[in-house]
Amino acid sequence: MSSEINLTLKVWRQPGPLAEGQFVTYEASGISTDASFLEMLDIVNERLIDMGDEPIVFESDCREGICGTCGLMINGQAHGPQKGTATCQLHMRSFSDGDHIVIEPWRATSFPVLRDLAVDRRAMDAIIAAGGYISVNTGAAPDANLTPVPKETADTAFDAAACIGCGACVAACPNSAAQLFTAAKVQHLNLLPQGQAQRWARTEAMVETMEEFFGSCTNHGECEEACPKEIPIDFIAWTNRDYIKAKVKNRKLAG
Amino acid sequence: MAQAITRVSTPPPVRSEPRVRLPWPLNIYQTAVGKKWVMGLTGIALLGFIVVHMIGNLHLYEGPLEIHEYAETLRDLGTKLLPRTWLLWIMRIGLIIAFALHIHSAYSLSRMSIAADQRYPGGRNYIAANFASRTMRWTGPIIGLYLFYHLADLTWGWFNPDFVRGDPYHNVSESLSSIPVAILYIVANTALAVHIFHGTWSMFQSLGVNSPRYNHLRRYLAAGLAGIILVGNLSFPIFVQAGVIDDNGRSIVEELQHGAAEGEGH
Repeated sequence: MSSEINLTLKVWRQPGPLAEGQFVTYEASGISTDASFLEMLDIVNERLIDMGDEPIVFESDCREGICGTCGLMINGQAHGPQKGTATCQLHMRSFSDGDHIVIEPWRATSFPVLRDLAVDRRAMDAIIAAGGYISVNTGAAPDANLTPVPKETADTAFDAAACIGCGACVAACPNSAAQLFTAAKVQHLNLLPQGQAQRWARTEAMVETMEEFFGSCTNHGECEEACPKEIPIDFIAWTNRDYIKAKVKNRKLAG
Repeated sequence: MAQAITRVSTPPPVRSEPRVRLPWPLNIYQTAVGKKWVMGLTGIALLGFIVVHMIGNLHLYEGPLEIHEYAETLRDLGTKLLPRTWLLWIMRIGLIIAFALHIHSAYSLSRMSIAADQRYPGGRNYIAANFASRTMRWTGPIIGLYLFYHLADLTWGWFNPDFVRGDPYHNVSESLSSIPVAILYIVANTALAVHIFHGTWSMFQSLGVNSPRYNHLRRYLAAGLAGIILVGNLSFPIFVQAGVIDDNGRSIVEELQHGAAEGEGH
């Protein structure tokens, strides 16, 4: 049964990257509990536009939890209170009538606010650009089936590959470390046979690019809790091990 | 309406390139993951010392002569191979290096993380982070300051007018019978146990020791080690205050030397 709830929103409004931001309070009345969090913001924006105000800028794309575009800090929790759920898949039935909701953008030095709730996540693109791909020839489509991959390996690699790159791990981390994102992107290739040729170069390049932009992991485990894909921090440990190995192996190759 | 989003230039790196690229393997320490690795390895060394130190101190419960003999045994370690106290000094120098690296890596990684992080004006909820993991940057300096006091108090004898070199039983019972000193030891050793609780678990992640089959045991090990260290180390100030460890101001070593001098005299 759907019902309607009334909410008080405290939303971060910031006109531009260099402008000062502040919280603005909005009353969101008559919100259907079947609405997603982003649909709730759409309704609020419609009303703001009708009143001649600037709508709240936030990012979204697929709205089915697979693209990683959306991402809001909701009441101090990345992607809100529901575990393993992106903001777009969070529904208003998770809230009660009369709730106060604080909505903030992701915050990290390398995630500068562009406007309101939208942040620049190109620092993560830099990590992928450093080696989050396989550029050696792995054959044509039929060859994929000729490369044996044990079931357990494929499953684990797929768990890592589930990363949608939303940045919640950085947002939730008290150190603003991008370890979980980087580890997921490193390990989903490092675990598979096709990723072996560039394994050590990839690990070294991606970890060192990550370190240019983000903080240092202190193993709080907040990222694992915030991750909409519930990627475990085991990948971080494996990446740490691969990184030290890479430092040894790459040295030998470099001569 | 100004709807277009203006892009700022690429976010500036929070961490600058090292001025000098050191040769392998020193270049590993120039990276954050490498520093974290060193922090884990030095943590193992320091943890090993803390466990042995606590167990060794249990000789206090045997009596003044036994702990004195234990202390002398440590100085005699390896005397068949090396001059007396050399092996002890080699281990001490190793510990000093480990301690310095542990502090330096913690300091530089903290600086990096503080530069990378931004405050949430609306607050950030912690779900996984526990009290121990969030207070590492506080418990660490508390332990460092306490270590200095501990050495000055019981090794160098700066703060203890009745200090007798080479008589641990006497010195411990004289120092810890003062209530403020006992409280200081209790607070500092609680901080140490809290630090060990997160450090022991964290070490496995930093060193990449991770196997899903055994991962749950890491928390038990951390809790067990922290608990053993806490109980063992807190027992000393508590039992001195309770009067279990008390030599009534008489030093066994002074008596031993006195006796030896008398023996020579006759």
